[in-house]
Amino acid sequence: MAGTTNILVCGIGGQGVMTASEVLAQCAVSQGLDVKKTEVAGMAQRGGVVTSHVRFGPKVLSPAIPDGEADVILGFEPAEAMRWTAHLKPGGIAMVNTQALKPPVVNLGLFPYPDDPVASMRRAGVTVYDFDAGAIARRLGEMRLVNTVLLGAIADHLPFEAALLKESIVARFRAHKPDLVTINETAFERGRAAAAEAAAA
Amino acid sequence: MNAIVKAAAATTHLMSGNEAVARAAWESGVRVGTAYPGTPSTEILESLALYPDVHAQWSVNEKVSLEVAIGASVAGSRAFCAMKHVGMNVASDALMSQTLAGVGGGLVIAIADDVGLSSSQNEQDSRFWGRFAHVPILEPADSQEAYEMVRRGFEISERFSVPVILRMTTRICHVKGLVTVGTREERPDVPFERDPSRWVLVPSTARKRLPWQIAREADLARFAEATDLTVLDDGPDKRLGIITSGPAFMHVREAFPDLPVLKLGFTWPLPIERVRAFADGVERLLVVEETEPLIEHDLKAAGLTVHGKDILPRVHELSVPVLLAAIGGLLGEPMAPPPEVAASNMEVFPRPPTMCVGCPHLSVYYCLSRLHRNISIAGDIGCYTLGAGHPWNALDTTTCMGASMGMALGMDLGRAEADKTRGIVAVIGDSTFLHMGMQGLLDMVYNRGNVTVMLLDNRTTGMTGGQAHAGTGHDIHGNEAPSVDFAKLVEALGVRKERIRRVNPYEMPTLFKMIKEEIKQPEPSVIVTNQPCVLIPEFERYTPLKVVDEDCTGCANCLNVGCPAILVTRRETTTSPKGKPVEKAWVTIETAACTGCGLCPSTCGPNAIVPAPGPLFDVPARGDA
Repeated sequence: MAGTTNILVCGIGGQGVMTASEVLAQCAVSQGLDVKKTEVAGMAQRGGVVTSHVRFGPKVLSPAIPDGEADVILGFEPAEAMRWTAHLKPGGIAMVNTQALKPPVVNLGLFPYPDDPVASMRRAGVTVYDFDAGAIARRLGEMRLVNTVLLGAIADHLPFEAALLKESIVARFRAHKPDLVTINETAFERGRAAAAEAAAA
Repeated sequence: MNAIVKAAAATTHLMSGNEAVARAAWESGVRVGTAYPGTPSTEILESLALYPDVHAQWSVNEKVSLEVAIGASVAGSRAFCAMKHVGMNVASDALMSQTLAGVGGGLVIAIADDVGLSSSQNEQDSRFWGRFAHVPILEPADSQEAYEMVRRGFEISERFSVPVILRMTTRICHVKGLVTVGTREERPDVPFERDPSRWVLVPSTARKRLPWQIAREADLARFAEATDLTVLDDGPDKRLGIITSGPAFMHVREAFPDLPVLKLGFTWPLPIERVRAFADGVERLLVVEETEPLIEHDLKAAGLTVHGKDILPRVHELSVPVLLAAIGGLLGEPMAPPPEVAASNMEVFPRPPTMCVGCPHLSVYYCLSRLHRNISIAGDIGCYTLGAGHPWNALDTTTCMGASMGMALGMDLGRAEADKTRGIVAVIGDSTFLHMGMQGLLDMVYNRGNVTVMLLDNRTTGMTGGQAHAGTGHDIHGNEAPSVDFAKLVEALGVRKERIRRVNPYEMPTLFKMIKEEIKQPEPSVIVTNQPCVLIPEFERYTPLKVVDEDCTGCANCLNVGCPAILVTRRETTTSPKGKPVEKAWVTIETAACTGCGLCPSTCGPNAIVPAPGPLFDVPARGDA
């Protein structure tokens, strides 16, 4: 649809894909936009593939992003970003966390894990900004911050101000867990800086 | 979720279809809401349970759930029931007869079809129930419509004395969109009115109700012709008129903004005359529906010429790209080029769902996979269905809720001479056993079958996200509730006390020995595992484990446990003393994820897996972040 922004968030069950897409959707709602958010997560809690489609604009009809229409792919895991590459439109960007998570079928030797998913995507002509969001979260002492780090990373690639997205994240904590506000702000800015650095590289 | 519960009238919120339905049920003054969990419907009752002044409950299965809702309706209250598509197979006995009696207070049943089978064993189309039970079908296209159709559904139910089915799909249940809500309607307090000529469906009563039911359906058909739940969304391109329902409407409108569309919201009975009027204004007609060609067949039966599943797929979800290709072809437009994409899809390994790190089911499947050569294993529906996957490959059947019991008995009775010494094992979880397994076990005992039942009691309905049930000791709100004692229950069903064994599944050698012993017994045995799901509060973590690299010999035995925290660091093919190639794999344990359950050390010959106490990683003080 004309005027619709499409963001595809992908990863595996338990990584926070749903929360990230919820924050994006709520942020768009706060801008007075029409929003649809859908997820395909059959048995999401069980380490399977999870994708969430977030679409917002003046009027959104179908909830699913067709191939070639995603403005941004936010990959919580490099092979998952690679899996959904065809959803990206020409000129779109893929923001990828380089923390690889190998499933049991790979560990059992039944399937290979791709040698370098990010390099494969680049070779295919995709603009990829990659960095280790897990390392940033670990340095901050809380792996669950990966989510906020990655949202910070795409904050400068959205049709609204980065500060609005940051506020959407922080607002979730302010009421019930105020002690987490500062650490999330830090995580957001570190993600934002890491993405800028990756873009400059 | 709580923000939505407290939402004031006329405010707009981002809500899933499931949340919207719950909100509307509450606003409609529903007094009793019931369900058994099932993807993609589960969140409806979870959400309804948050509202005040409504009794929400998990029932043991969908049939009981619907009967409770029917009883509440007969008692005079508005009642609501939710289930996944296959749930209605279980509940349909109640529906097929109650439709003859009609309703007291309004009764709306939300059925969620898993189109695309994200978490189901089939892809059945629940709209058949409308035709079968002579009840109306409402099909929303998004969250706002789901909300409105529940509100309207109660009015229709009471006006025509009929249970109303709201037919949802995954793309309604799990899609969030903006919904403008209202307030709770205060319902009159209607006392129960004794009326055996309606509520007591003996043949003499039911026989008299049949003509009434047919007349009711004729009334509903007239209503369908007039209702604003069906709308004409006109367009200038008259070459093709589209008749559609449910979420397919959104895909149609996005793909073809100029085609005239007759959007059916009330899809059974069908508004045939409105379709005829619509047909007069367009050159050709196409029905776009998920999944069976029901509207299409009824329109053809009414003498209309329509396209439908001749050009559209019979299975799975429709989408904008699917419609662009199929409809473009019908319009004789040159084949549209595939959409321009940044890069074509690149092949990546599959990532099927797996059992969790430290799951108490891991050891059961490790043991069963070791014994699989000499046993047949009947499986059931739940997380433990994942035992069919790698590395265990330890299920031989899975059909429907509770089927492991009856099918195992049948496999015992129907065995060939060649399988005379084969052990028969059935695997079932706690919630599924209470849903529909206990009847099968009773049948097995009564008919002198010989099956070893693995009753995996992890004290929750795991696969749907951890809902309470009659064996968990708490209700849908988390409040304390009576809890069934599985050992006593199976003893009451007739399993001999000596053959009822309880085991901690993390004590793998004990479990393995127990399974082997019970398979040898010439009568039904039940082995109850007693450790909680790792995702519920009752689960306890122990000191996590690590691999001592220099002690790991690469035997890869631990990989057969199937725990996702065990990762391969290096592979090598070596040669055995006899000159055969041996696949070796050296491993590490993701200590941060490890629960310290102790299963993998019991498979490790060289004792290379040891506790890893201390902080999981160097954590700086938060201040210097």
